[in-house]
Amino acid sequence: MSTDTAEKEIALKESEALLSKRRKKLMTDPLVDDNPITIQVLGICSALAVTTQMQPTLVMALSVIFVMVMANLSISLLRNKIPTRVRIIVQLAVVASLVTLVNEVLQAFAYDMYKELSVFVGLIITNCIVMGRLEAFALGNKPYDSILDGFGSALGYSWIILTVAFFRELWGSGSLFGIPIFDGISSLFGSDFQLATNGLMVSPVGAFIILGLLIWVQRTKTGYVEH
Amino acid sequence: MELFNLAIRSIFIDNMVFAYFLGMCSFLAVSKKVSTALGLGAAVIFVLTITVPLNWLLNEFILKEGALSFLGASFATIDLTFLRFIMFIAIIAAMVQLVEMVVEKFAPALYGALGIFLPLIAVNCAILGGSLFMAQRDYTLAEATVYGFGSGTGFFLAIVALAAIREKLKYSNVPNGLKGLGITMLITGLMGIAFMSFMGIDL
Repeated sequence: MSTDTAEKEIALKESEALLSKRRKKLMTDPLVDDNPITIQVLGICSALAVTTQMQPTLVMALSVIFVMVMANLSISLLRNKIPTRVRIIVQLAVVASLVTLVNEVLQAFAYDMYKELSVFVGLIITNCIVMGRLEAFALGNKPYDSILDGFGSALGYSWIILTVAFFRELWGSGSLFGIPIFDGISSLFGSDFQLATNGLMVSPVGAFIILGLLIWVQRTKTGYVEH
Repeated sequence: MELFNLAIRSIFIDNMVFAYFLGMCSFLAVSKKVSTALGLGAAVIFVLTITVPLNWLLNEFILKEGALSFLGASFATIDLTFLRFIMFIAIIAAMVQLVEMVVEKFAPALYGALGIFLPLIAVNCAILGGSLFMAQRDYTLAEATVYGFGSGTGFFLAIVALAAIREKLKYSNVPNGLKGLGITMLITGLMGIAFMSFMGIDL
């Protein structure tokens, strides 16, 4: 009995720190150097359509963070039980259940937001980042690491779509989170002065162009070149 | 005539890629060569035309509020709408598997061309998006079929056009940071502007 506890203590000492260097890397890598959107080219599908305004984008980002963390955790817990041949179906089922949960919560507590996001919450199911991380990470790693990995990737995705939304709402509607910014600035300079908004930013084209430029800036900084 | 209008609308005006950003992952990843883009585009048309009407049937007779009333009066109040996501994705995954097996058996040449793209399609947002839009807009069965075919064709046009541009792009001198994804996004934006001109069509 006493040897047992001694062994346990050693095991505890040898176990990794809660936020060791390796684990921090899991979280910070997807933010810039290995960003899911700008470097890995995943998950552009459902995200861009909601980025005309900050608020729905924030809700979308939070939903993706929730779905990714929980999906990574569940798949990681199940990883030794899932037969390899049916793993895609199992992953889809887990992700679809989580997304249904998010959708129902939104419908119950934030109906306006639910209407505004319409089908795009459902499309988190087919978001390539979620499936990609499940395949590449959660199937072969321990639950806690998987949570960190999912959180990191989802954050990397979130900051990109929030940045896109920031510029699209500011230039397209002249506001941020629905608060008129351009009107405020214009009124400082007298009644004749009016900052113009760009209608192109509200249309889908604005998202493509902003994201293209964002990728340019980001890749120039990290020095990543695609061949 | 209504159906024809819907087809035109779903191909050009409400284009899956340029208006709703659906299917972007494969749109960007598989548009390096025209031949592969043709294969993926054809597979998307095929699967969308099958899954949208199928999901319509599922939605109409099982999932909708009161849809189960044909089983008896006590079933009339059941609303299974919350199961929509999981059922739609299950149907899509199953259909893709089935289509793959049927094509492999009866049309080996087509299978060779579509082969690797079919499994990919199960997780293509355009496919699930098509079904979700269909459910949201309350189409009839005929409309759903036309919508599935139309939006598939829209995707086909977009991906083939982009692949053709990218093949030519190989010979141009693009700044390092813009190579690959960056320049492709900008091109997609410009193509989107071109497609915006279809909005002027009065249907």
